[in-house]
Amino acid sequence: MKRLLFLFAMFLLLGSARAATPLPGDSVYNLPLQLTDQDGRQQTLAERRGRPQLVTMFYTSCQMVCPMIIDSLRLTRNALDPATRAQIDLLAVSFDPAKDDVATLKSYAQKRKLDPRIWTLARAEPTQVRQLSGVLGLQYRQLPDGEFNHSSELILLDADGRIAARTTRIGKLDPEFVEAIRKVVAQPRG
Amino acid sequence: MRTRLAWVWLGLMLALPAAAADYVALPGGTFTSVLPADGKVAAAQVAPFRLRTEPVTNAEFQAFVKTHPQWRRDQVAKILADERYLSHWADAGTLGDAALPEQPVTRISWFAAQAYCESEQARLPSWYEWEYAAAADATRRDARADPAWRESILGWYSRPSSKALPDIGGAPNAYGVRDLNNLVWEWVDDFNALMVASDSREQGDPDLLKFCGAGAISLQEKENYAVLMRIAMLSALKAADTTNNMGFRCAKPE
Repeated sequence: MKRLLFLFAMFLLLGSARAATPLPGDSVYNLPLQLTDQDGRQQTLAERRGRPQLVTMFYTSCQMVCPMIIDSLRLTRNALDPATRAQIDLLAVSFDPAKDDVATLKSYAQKRKLDPRIWTLARAEPTQVRQLSGVLGLQYRQLPDGEFNHSSELILLDADGRIAARTTRIGKLDPEFVEAIRKVVAQPRG
Repeated sequence: MRTRLAWVWLGLMLALPAAAADYVALPGGTFTSVLPADGKVAAAQVAPFRLRTEPVTNAEFQAFVKTHPQWRRDQVAKILADERYLSHWADAGTLGDAALPEQPVTRISWFAAQAYCESEQARLPSWYEWEYAAAADATRRDARADPAWRESILGWYSRPSSKALPDIGGAPNAYGVRDLNNLVWEWVDDFNALMVASDSREQGDPDLLKFCGAGAISLQEKENYAVLMRIAMLSALKAADTTNNMGFRCAKPE
């Protein structure tokens, strides 16, 4: 019991030390980026530090693969055991800040039944969207008709914002990706 | 009054020898890019804009890192610039023999180029803006049909990349922009938008759904492989990558 208490104290200490640790150089949180979510809340990307994230980019008017991207995120999360699931957040950032304003993101979230405690749908200013695609290694291109060509991937960030895994498998589960999430969540902190 | 103002202006110009970079106005318009806007045949629309007449030099970038130390090579976050970033400079704040002041700055990541342009209240040009400006030769705004124009670009490609870069200050093209086609490769804002292609939705294999979009891009003007090579080069890069011969210039709205 004493030992447990000791471990617990160590854990707390490490936990608080961790918050003050400078960001690793390969963290995407080095990018100063302002997000606005489906409820109009502002948050910097770096404020998501502390919990692993599943990140993707999409846009709401996309009729083709984007609904499947959202489905794949849901599918991936559902494949995790409840304890692991409780420790990750989902973030989907729009390629299309011109059309995807807060109200549009909100109604999309409601239509797709995306629980706001779990899902963050976000927009950023156009320059910043391109920067985010840069750190995440995603490509996109707007077409004259307003549609986008874009890469469709799910990306796992560890608690410090390092890219820990990615999958291009959309529409069905990628077991290796699920395993990578388990590992990152199980990682000893600090 | 007007003369007096003119004198003041002249005085200012003389007092600031390292004056702000030169930008020239380009009219824009409909432009037949090698990269169709809709991935098939549509021409690109280029809005009027201003383009820096020269790529950014080592001296200019040195001044920038002095005021923006987060972009020094010893301070930059690895995710924003790879380990070769500015590695030819003598040290993080000094140019040295391998980086002369008037040479274009190279070994620059896209993020660093963007940050620099922002410091000039500018941005990186889009691919269409860049391609449009570079279509000119000394006298014509669109010289692309002339085999000599293509030959000069291909001649530059065959130059060994180990050779020291010349200084900026090449001959101006019809718009007054210099050194577009024959000095360094240059970043564009949408470098990672150029080859989002290989649409495979119709193949019915979810494993292949890497890209989503309204059809694969088919490259037009296939004879214009000199320009296509540049697109291939840009598309192969990641935003943190730096190369020996990759520099940049900035653009501004009209």
